[in-house]
Amino acid sequence: MSTPTKDRTPARRMDHELDHLSGIVPSPVRPAPRHLSLMVLGGAVLATLLIHTVLDRSLVLSAVIGYLLYVIGVNVAYRLTSGSRVATDHTMRALVYGAFVLAIIPLVSLLWTVVENGGARALSPDYLLQTMNGVTGVHDKAYAEDGAPMVGGAYHAIIGTLIITGIAALISIPIGLFTAIYLVEYGAKNRLSHAIRFMVDVMTGIPSIVAGLFAFALFGVLFGVGTKNGVAGAVALSVLMIPTVVRNSEEMLRIVPNELREASLALGVPKWRTIAKVVLPTAASGLASGITLAIARVIGETAPLLVAVGFTRVLNLNPVDGPMNNLALYAYYMFTRPLNPGYRDPSIERAWAAAVLLVICVIALNLLARLIAKFFAPKTGS
Amino acid sequence: MEKSAMSKRIDINDLNIFYGAFHAVKDVSMAIEPKTVTAFIGPSGCGKSTFLRTLNRMHEVIPGARVEGEVSIDGRNLYGRGVDPVDVRREVGMVFQRPNPFPTMSIKENVLAGVRLNSKRLSTSAADELAERSLRGANLWNEVKDRLDKPGSSLSGGQQQRLCIARAIAVRPQVLLMDEPCSALDPISTLAIEDLINELKSDYTVVIVTHNMQQAARVSDRTGFFNLEATGQPGQLVEFDDTQRIFNNPAQQATEDYISGRFG
Repeated sequence: MSTPTKDRTPARRMDHELDHLSGIVPSPVRPAPRHLSLMVLGGAVLATLLIHTVLDRSLVLSAVIGYLLYVIGVNVAYRLTSGSRVATDHTMRALVYGAFVLAIIPLVSLLWTVVENGGARALSPDYLLQTMNGVTGVHDKAYAEDGAPMVGGAYHAIIGTLIITGIAALISIPIGLFTAIYLVEYGAKNRLSHAIRFMVDVMTGIPSIVAGLFAFALFGVLFGVGTKNGVAGAVALSVLMIPTVVRNSEEMLRIVPNELREASLALGVPKWRTIAKVVLPTAASGLASGITLAIARVIGETAPLLVAVGFTRVLNLNPVDGPMNNLALYAYYMFTRPLNPGYRDPSIERAWAAAVLLVICVIALNLLARLIAKFFAPKTGS
Repeated sequence: MEKSAMSKRIDINDLNIFYGAFHAVKDVSMAIEPKTVTAFIGPSGCGKSTFLRTLNRMHEVIPGARVEGEVSIDGRNLYGRGVDPVDVRREVGMVFQRPNPFPTMSIKENVLAGVRLNSKRLSTSAADELAERSLRGANLWNEVKDRLDKPGSSLSGGQQQRLCIARAIAVRPQVLLMDEPCSALDPISTLAIEDLINELKSDYTVVIVTHNMQQAARVSDRTGFFNLEATGQPGQLVEFDDTQRIFNNPAQQATEDYISGRFG
């Protein structure tokens, strides 16, 4: 749009005066009817249903056509009522809404499928408190044919997940946090910090199976070939987790205003105390939520644990001795190697339930990150 | 008795300041008397803030910054061997251009920060007394005494700046440096700070950098005019004299041009 065309009369005389006085082009915008976009949306939904039912097309195809009709309809409707600038605005909005819905569909669909298939089993006490020790295909056949109660749960896998992830966090958080402190507070722009940053970026992209093989090889060298235990898994997860912790923490420390460091230093506070008492508390909320998200990132890892930890059906509380289990591996094995090949359903039900527990863990960690961020956030106002 | 020992004389001899290869300030020598207010004026980029920061070694925080020459406080060279910059900063306090209270701390914790962060233990009564004395010293007590536990950032900009002054004087420095303390404040808050500077003079040696020449004329006893010959050249001290003289009868043409607005 360059200049207003002659057929569009400005709504008020004021516009003319403004035009005359300051060179501001009077807007060709006229008010549109209220809820016009909602009306168009309603029409598009109606069209979708019609295509689906009357023309008997698939729901997906109808929805795509309906959405295209909505985008075109919004553009035309606003062009006719309000002018081209408003029409462009609403068309862009329609595209953004579309992208949002498209992005959210897989997520909602995934959550729905997981909860539908495994929700009930995941929350039953039997499942949460039993291991697979001694459970065989015979039990599954009895459950499937005779309606006997299901035996065998994921207790050992839950505990294994918590222990392995916990150790991984204990290894990764100090290393990652101190690296970030070095990068921001000490390494400013020297070569070492450039090198570290580059290595961290590379590590972020390492495939998880490589981390698993690394831990497997490392423990093979240290404790004999074929050593598989919880700590080896935790080391593998740390390799994946440390770069995330470094990157998240670095960003958070960097946004602490330099004025606060100077204020503290100018009071005669040594640098390390300035970092410990001023910089870290100021960044605490961001650090805590970044670390929590890093934990959420590795809690569902499967491949590295398969290599480094192995698999077991019994509860193993000792992370330095023998294989352990975890939820992701548990789901994998239940799905690929059902206890009774003739009756797959009970095993697959267990796999879905493990998936539900993993999703709950990740959601819980994300909520926890938000709570932490809120709790630690610097207080403003009264 | 204790207070009389708090203000000290500062002698600067042939001070040169560098940022890496860049020569920022050249050959400054001056003497700052105890219990006076000394103001530095001059155009932007002439090195007056940089110079101020060398008086408590805060410039070292910037990578690549270094100093040649001597700054002595009561005869002790700040840049002598074995002098810890942390000790220097405890003796020479600083207030910055923008109010910077610690956002994680309450008003009271902010005042006590200098003492607490240095891990000195304070009894509750000593802490209360120190907080009240410092806040009274910064003319802020009456405004905040009922809300000492509220966050420091809940105060107005002018109050925050006085909170920063209270925080600086709570560690009992001998010298107080102020880097354009009023440039982010409205005229009424500025007036409050200027009144405060006049009161602080009875206990402390105050050095202030300001862009506001009227402010320099109002608050200071001595004024130094910094200038640079051209961009890229080091800044230097053009003239240093009694404030009255600088503003009424400067010895240098450049000073007169600057204060009368004929500069550049």
